[in-house]
Amino acid sequence: MSWMCPLPLRDYPNIVIGHGGGGTLSAELVANLFLPAFRNAAIESLGDSAVLRVPAGRLAFSTDSYVVRPLFFPGGSIGDLAINGTVNDLAMSGAKPLYLSAGFIIEEGLPMSTLGGIVEAMRVAAEKAGVQIVTGDTKVVEKGHGDGCYINTAGIGVIPEGREVGPGRAKPGDAIIVSGTIGDHGMAVMSVREGLEFDTVIESDSGALNGLVEAIFGASDEIHVLRDPTRGGLASSLNEIASQSKVGMALSEEKLPVKPDVQAACELLGMDPIYVANEGKLVAIVSAGAAGSVLKAMRSHPMGGDAEIIGTVVTERPGMVTAKTKIGGTRVIPMQIGEQLPRIC
Amino acid sequence: MKYLNEFRDGETAQKLFREIARVTTKPWALMEVCGGQTHSIIRNGIDQLLPAGIELIHGPGCPVCVTPLEMIDKALAIASKPGVIFSSFGDMLRVPGSEKDLFRIKGEGADVRIVYSPLDALKIARENAGRQVVFFGIGFETTAPANAMAVSLAAKERLDNFSVLISHVLVPPAMEAIMTSPINRVQAFLAAGHVCSVMGYWQYPLLAERHGVPVVITGFEPLDVLDGIRRAVIQLEAGTHEVENAYGRVVSFEGNKPAQEMLARVFEVTDRVWRGIGMIPKSGWRLSREYRDYDAEYRFEVSGLVTKESPLCRSGEVLQGAIKPTECPAFGTVCTPRSPLGATMVSSEGACAAYYNYGRFVNIVDMAIA
Amino acid sequence: MCLAVPGQVKDIFEAGGTRMGRVNFGGITKEVCLAYLPDIRVGDYTIVHVGFAISKIDEESAEKTLQMFHDLGLLEEELGGVT
Repeated sequence: MSWMCPLPLRDYPNIVIGHGGGGTLSAELVANLFLPAFRNAAIESLGDSAVLRVPAGRLAFSTDSYVVRPLFFPGGSIGDLAINGTVNDLAMSGAKPLYLSAGFIIEEGLPMSTLGGIVEAMRVAAEKAGVQIVTGDTKVVEKGHGDGCYINTAGIGVIPEGREVGPGRAKPGDAIIVSGTIGDHGMAVMSVREGLEFDTVIESDSGALNGLVEAIFGASDEIHVLRDPTRGGLASSLNEIASQSKVGMALSEEKLPVKPDVQAACELLGMDPIYVANEGKLVAIVSAGAAGSVLKAMRSHPMGGDAEIIGTVVTERPGMVTAKTKIGGTRVIPMQIGEQLPRIC
Repeated sequence: MKYLNEFRDGETAQKLFREIARVTTKPWALMEVCGGQTHSIIRNGIDQLLPAGIELIHGPGCPVCVTPLEMIDKALAIASKPGVIFSSFGDMLRVPGSEKDLFRIKGEGADVRIVYSPLDALKIARENAGRQVVFFGIGFETTAPANAMAVSLAAKERLDNFSVLISHVLVPPAMEAIMTSPINRVQAFLAAGHVCSVMGYWQYPLLAERHGVPVVITGFEPLDVLDGIRRAVIQLEAGTHEVENAYGRVVSFEGNKPAQEMLARVFEVTDRVWRGIGMIPKSGWRLSREYRDYDAEYRFEVSGLVTKESPLCRSGEVLQGAIKPTECPAFGTVCTPRSPLGATMVSSEGACAAYYNYGRFVNIVDMAIA
Repeated sequence: MCLAVPGQVKDIFEAGGTRMGRVNFGGITKEVCLAYLPDIRVGDYTIVHVGFAISKIDEESAEKTLQMFHDLGLLEEELGGVT
């Protein structure tokens, strides 16, 4: 967190209620914290709305709220997630993400340096993803509420003509490709969670996937489904797609890419990586003929170096995801019921 | 991971399957005692690939499943008391009590915290001097040493805001109860490897002799389970009933002496009701008199609880291996992991949950990946 | 029951009179109570359940078991029974 507190804010080492009140304190916060970070013409006009020129075409529009605890974890922060999460949701529709809004709900007493660190992370993530944060809002709630900081981001992007992706478009015979190792983010957060802490080099994989998506479309136009498996992990995303497309899925457990450290952490806590959250991975379901070239394109991109074909879409048992186990058996991978809890048995 | 991945090797598994098929000439019914073994079997599909004559009867070794309903209700009552911090292993959170479960009351405002180790609960107690911290000490003999240490340390430090709700269950009496049951079909046991790593296996020769059953101390990874099955079948075919250790890298005949000494000091044997099965004499541990001050059952007023088990739930029969989960009419219909009637559908290693989650209600063996 | 995971002892120390250690499980490290294995040493492997090391892994026995699995295949070939 290399963030230097600008002069006017130094009088306030912590956020106070006034910072969300719309008066001088609010204005100072915007002028000295948010504007310098999110530098662009739209936000600097400080209007009630951002006025933007949007290219013609289909608009993709997405929103997400970020409530992660702790705010900072190995490899990232709530700031990274807030930008990358919405950028990725737009990219999964085949859109080129353009503009984001950022709404903050901050708990009274949050250290200014913490907020500064979060905003700096957002600045860096937005720059990497090539998007601009053009409008925002700040509210401050009383101490005891708000868990430090909640962020909502909404985003718009434009989908080039010819791209038709959606969760209902998987077809029997399609290849199922995952862009890299699964479970990194969830286990990184778990490693700093109270009562479960362990030392590890596991880092969150939070990252923007729009560049990778462009590389995928560059390789083929037979892309049927794109999805970023966040909460609930790969298993939940695949189950949802299988259900909406009314197809089955047959995976190979051996092919699932998992980092050894993540595997070890899952073993220790009795969890299954296939249900653990990711924040910088996608699953692409593409026609069988396109699989080879799409895989090659993904592996050549920094966000897809460990991409693997993990299974096939099938006609049998629509809505069900199964996998061949390492020892040759077959197991169903059901939809998760609630959050996966660490276990001792 | 060393000493883990090697015991999951697919090719070696195939070899073991072939070897088991080679030595099997008659049908046999084996019981794997431990829920962790059941989980490994169903998750990896071992049951799907064994020769048709080998039946695996799933045993009651799931401490989550057998924790008495009354104990769950006591836990809920204590956790609901104002100011109490109730700490527990994650496994217990969704086990249904008569009305609710820990997860639900957590949502209603109770301070329920998941811990990885009982020592984490102690830490919480040290850091929250003004509040009562209670730890839910469930488990078989494997977990008991950890729970005992927490109590022992609390006593040493005179941590007066810490107490434990103990509900330990013991494996050998359960195995004895199974063998003496009129509906018993078990011909050989795959004994619980990690329980034996603590307790040793000196208790089993008498059981093997008395009932004429081979007992193979078995581990949990696919190759360990397959090797246990292989050895049990070889004995059954030969008509022998020895105690064999197939988990030698972790289990010794005497077990862990320092742990056993601590257990003898902190706990005393008691009769225990096993949920779904009923009372098995001298099959549990409770805190000994010396440590009664740390017993949450004495510290908190939790009498007068009326337990109510679902009349449709047949967990007990599943736990005794009398029926398979799929033979219960409620399985997959009214009873699912989302809305469990009993503990066997909640615990990750309960047979019902394993069958449901890994798909034993569909014929999926023919789904192979191209 | 009894999820117990194998790991290697990386260092041993005393905390409040209790023997503790740091154990490496395939890359991740966690603090573990070693009180029940008074003879265990750095470099040894152990299995850990709920934060407690409950048994030292007998590496020789492990190797013997793996060798036995390996030899099963050879026996198979000898008998000409490979399907």
